[in-house]
Amino acid sequence: MSQTATHHDHGTATQGHDAHGHDSHGHGHHEEPGFIKKYLWSTDHKMIAQQYMWTGVAMALIGGYLAYAFRMQLAFPGKFIPAYGYMSSLQYNTAVTNHGTIMIFWFAMPVLIAAFGNFLIPLMIGCDDMVFPRINRLSYQVFLLSAIILIASFLVPGGGFNGAWTAYPPLSGNSEYNMAHWGSTLWVLAVALEFVAFLLGGINFITTAMNSRAPGMRLWDMPLVVWMIVIASILFMASVGPLIAGAVMLLFDQNFGTFFFAPERGGDPVLWQHLFWFFGHPEVYVVLLPAMGMSGDIIATFSRKKLFAYKTLLYTVFGTGIISFFVWAHHQFIAGIDPRMANIFTVTTLIISVPIAEMCFLFIATLYGGSITLTVPMLWGLAFVGEFLLGGVTGIFLGASGADIFFHDSYFVVAHFHYTFVPIAIIGFFMGFTYWSPKMFGLMLDETLGKIHFWITIVGFNMIFIPLFFTGLWGDHRRIYNYNNFSELARPELQDLRIIATVGLLIMISAQVFFVINLVKSYFVTKKKAGDNPWKANTLEWQCPSPPPHGNFATMPNVYRGPYEYSLPERESDFWPQNEPPAA
Amino acid sequence: MKFWEVVMPDGNSDPPSPPPSPPTQTPQRRRPLVDSAVLGTLAFIGTELMFFTGLLSAYNIARARVPASIWPPPDQPRLPVEATAFNSVLLVLSGVLVLAAVEALKRDKKFALPTAVVGWLLGAAFVALQGREWADLLSQGMRMQSSTHASFFYLIVGTHALHAIGALAPMAWVIGRMATKTATVGQLRAAQVFWAFVVLVWPVVYVMVYL
Repeated sequence: MSQTATHHDHGTATQGHDAHGHDSHGHGHHEEPGFIKKYLWSTDHKMIAQQYMWTGVAMALIGGYLAYAFRMQLAFPGKFIPAYGYMSSLQYNTAVTNHGTIMIFWFAMPVLIAAFGNFLIPLMIGCDDMVFPRINRLSYQVFLLSAIILIASFLVPGGGFNGAWTAYPPLSGNSEYNMAHWGSTLWVLAVALEFVAFLLGGINFITTAMNSRAPGMRLWDMPLVVWMIVIASILFMASVGPLIAGAVMLLFDQNFGTFFFAPERGGDPVLWQHLFWFFGHPEVYVVLLPAMGMSGDIIATFSRKKLFAYKTLLYTVFGTGIISFFVWAHHQFIAGIDPRMANIFTVTTLIISVPIAEMCFLFIATLYGGSITLTVPMLWGLAFVGEFLLGGVTGIFLGASGADIFFHDSYFVVAHFHYTFVPIAIIGFFMGFTYWSPKMFGLMLDETLGKIHFWITIVGFNMIFIPLFFTGLWGDHRRIYNYNNFSELARPELQDLRIIATVGLLIMISAQVFFVINLVKSYFVTKKKAGDNPWKANTLEWQCPSPPPHGNFATMPNVYRGPYEYSLPERESDFWPQNEPPAA
Repeated sequence: MKFWEVVMPDGNSDPPSPPPSPPTQTPQRRRPLVDSAVLGTLAFIGTELMFFTGLLSAYNIARARVPASIWPPPDQPRLPVEATAFNSVLLVLSGVLVLAAVEALKRDKKFALPTAVVGWLLGAAFVALQGREWADLLSQGMRMQSSTHASFFYLIVGTHALHAIGALAPMAWVIGRMATKTATVGQLRAAQVFWAFVVLVWPVVYVMVYL
């Protein structure tokens, strides 16, 4: 991280973009800030982006370690797990629960929305910082606190929470059942604080994108990824309310003797499922859309073609956002909901695949006839579309209530949602990192090492989850800790598939060594300068120095055109930056 | 003048976005359609609205699951419907006064400050009187653990009270700045918009929970 801010950085609470013009203190004094102001107490959106990103990556390491532990347990039940020890059933449940929680709330969300949103929105719309820089700083601090509380929940008496990331009561609401009173309370608290952090971030993203765009930049001139992050923020903010309500009720159930969700005293456990999934399903699109936007930008840049049907793409996104609020009960087909309601939610669930499929088609149409260069970010971008497609297509089976009655809670579901979330979170992170890290750090990554890392990761990933589709179809239930206890599931042909999946995970984890080698080599050994615009892209972030100094642009840009003007026949160069004045 | 329009400090009340200026000119800053503080507050209110929607939907679902004869449970104290109605009037009055204070500040009228102060005091009175009702109910033996009805009552009304306090605190800060003539209309507008949310959500809570 030492190169990240070699530029002159105020780090003070400058009112970044100030619509009133009344509060412009902080400009004009140029002393070098100390370590704490620069790295821990910064209001600079680029530094906050990095804080979010590295915290997210650190949490992903914990999540990955937990996955390693329980996959080893599933492949070799009851055996000693290197670097973990023996795993009890309670530890297994804790590991599964916190793997899911961490990967979604402490890796996918902070990296895709908070890190890339913070880094890209001000740069891409051509302004110097977020509208509310101090709220932005507070957002990261609350997030860090939530991460610390979550980690602390592993260490309290009784261990971490073990009721799955969906935290269904009565298991989650009563410590007589889950045996982790402190763990479950801290878990709910951490998740609630994390929501507060993203709420503060979302307010910033929406307001900044609306009010701070460079002169001349219409809403229809914003790059896809900015649109996607803004829409994702709106979706998050609109859906999280009911879950916060539910979380407060759960917290009261756990600690103050109420019984909102306790059936034995007149509560309603399915109510939690509705409140949770009303948030939980839009949440899928909250993390999907930023990754979709990144891949769209990357595909257009490396196809040297205008993004196909930019406006249509955005309309499909609006459609996705709206429909995503009407699909949640497909998670409850076997929870005892009225079959007539199941019919309606089957229809809405199948409908939502249409706009998502359309996005994929538009990306393919962008590729068609382009002059494609398969750089590392392009590989990740294409892999995202391809792998996510597998996740989407298998979702059709689960969305149909008739089929879901059979598939529910099987490994088919596990494989399905990992084919959505791994492309979103992991492929999405590498896609964004390999594409924008030259801007972030001013240095190029090594392409060969990047490609080795890419291919091994992709092979490992598919090796984990393709076998799990089959074990799921053959009846593997997803919440079983030791299959030897179930004779019909302990057959060798099923166990072989489980071992293949675990080997796949080991391959995927070891592939990350190449990523680390790449970082070390590129940033400490070769140090190949990136220049302002290594990919010859149009969007504004490539028109400022790499890494961008405090305040981002030397002269604030003026925007004359949309972000995807590539390969125009009447121009000599095949790209046309958004801020380049038209020839007089 | 529409309510979201805000007088700029330089007196320009008409903020259209400028056309792209010719290349030789230095870029100008965009004039926002809605003041950033107000827009941020509106985004936050959207979340809050869904939060209350979640609470009230949960309440209505729980209520629909039991016979009306045991909702509220017969052995529990009645809710103070009339006293709360009086408090509600105070709250609505406060909302109107704070709104008037914004309009007055926008036109630079002298009575902006006293109007805001009275509005704030009425809001604080609402919170205090509601707190006294809670104390009464608690002394009559209605606890959060007494019944689902009581749990929801304390949860929803308590949430609203916390929001009222959370809205009054920043408003006090803005009023303090008004006293020293350093408050902007955008700041007071942002505080007022959030207060308006607290005021307007209350009648819904009152009708659903008390009646």
